[in-house]
Amino acid sequence: MKIAITSEGNSLDSKMDSRFGRCAYFAIYDTNTKTTDFFENPAKDSPEGAGPKAVEFIASKGVKKVVAGEFGGKAKALLEKLNIEMQQEKDKTISEIIKQL
Amino acid sequence: MTKPMKIAIASGKGGTGKTFISTNLYNLLQKKGLNVALVDCDAEEPNARLFLTEGILKSSREVNQKVPVIDESKCTYCGKCAEYCNYNAIFFLKEPKIVNVLEEICHGCGACSVACSYGAITEKDDLLGHVSNFEFSNKSALIESRTRVGVYSSVNVLKAAIKEASGFDLVLFDAPPGIGCPFIQTVAQADYVVLVTEPTPYGLSDLKQSIETLKGMDKPYGVIVNRAGLGNDVVYDYLKKENIPLLMSIPFDKNIAVSYSKGELLTDQDSKWKEKFSELFNKVKEEYGNSNN
Repeated sequence: MKIAITSEGNSLDSKMDSRFGRCAYFAIYDTNTKTTDFFENPAKDSPEGAGPKAVEFIASKGVKKVVAGEFGGKAKALLEKLNIEMQQEKDKTISEIIKQL
Repeated sequence: MTKPMKIAIASGKGGTGKTFISTNLYNLLQKKGLNVALVDCDAEEPNARLFLTEGILKSSREVNQKVPVIDESKCTYCGKCAEYCNYNAIFFLKEPKIVNVLEEICHGCGACSVACSYGAITEKDDLLGHVSNFEFSNKSALIESRTRVGVYSSVNVLKAAIKEASGFDLVLFDAPPGIGCPFIQTVAQADYVVLVTEPTPYGLSDLKQSIETLKGMDKPYGVIVNRAGLGNDVVYDYLKKENIPLLMSIPFDKNIAVSYSKGELLTDQDSKWKEKFSELFNKVKEEYGNSNN
């Protein structure tokens, strides 16, 4: 299963980003291969609708679960519709989150 | 016919007295016999009508925007509509096949209809709000924009109200607070902008932002200090330093606050204030003339 984690940077030591739609990067961890890929969030500078655009991005990557500080209303509704599980965390690094998954 | 004069009464900060100034100025000028329109452009919270109760409702009309409707039987899931949308208002996934219009962030620009080569997109009306026209003597009018609760942006509704204010000799705009799109769309239509502030650090901070915005738009402006006597000298120092005209100063006076809280108009009660608002209008006309309009 692929799990997306919002991230401030593009390494495992990076802190998770508290925002969902406008996070800097998505760390996508694959539980089968135990590998993590980092992607720049294409929605981060959207003037509007960053949440839906970010959902679109992670869903297109086959993500089934997402970890973020918080989720906005529009993003939440879409994630629920797509059956993508949401988990809230704060102040942790990407590797810390992966360890506890 | 000469070109009508258009004055916006605006402020960055909310609650500085825009409606207080615009309703009193309108009341005075309308009763003097001028043919004037006041457009309440604060479409999210219009309340000029609460003070200007004498007008009679002449018309009220809907303001709609077109939002796309996607016929999934014709859609090939090419994704071009979502690509064309500048506002991320079309949620699109190739796998699983999902195409979804997010109406609340749609701006009604129609780009998606242009993008679709398969005839899958038609448009429907989405109610954004209302424009109401209240008629006063001398064919003067209060034109109120009112956005429907839950609508994302008030811009289209206030623009429709401004459009309705044509054919008057003088048009006043009671602008929405802030310096975002609704403010910009209002002041963009004005020849002169009256900025209302209060003499506090908060007032100054927001005043500076409004002025920066107006400078970028090349609009002439002057300032009214409301609740003078409150706070400190920072606003006055700034006006002096920047050579910005101080159009009027209204004292921090309990009697004014009490009368306003009852929905009364100062220009109906006190000849001294009638005089003061007359002077304000003359000063604005003078400044407007000096700004080479």
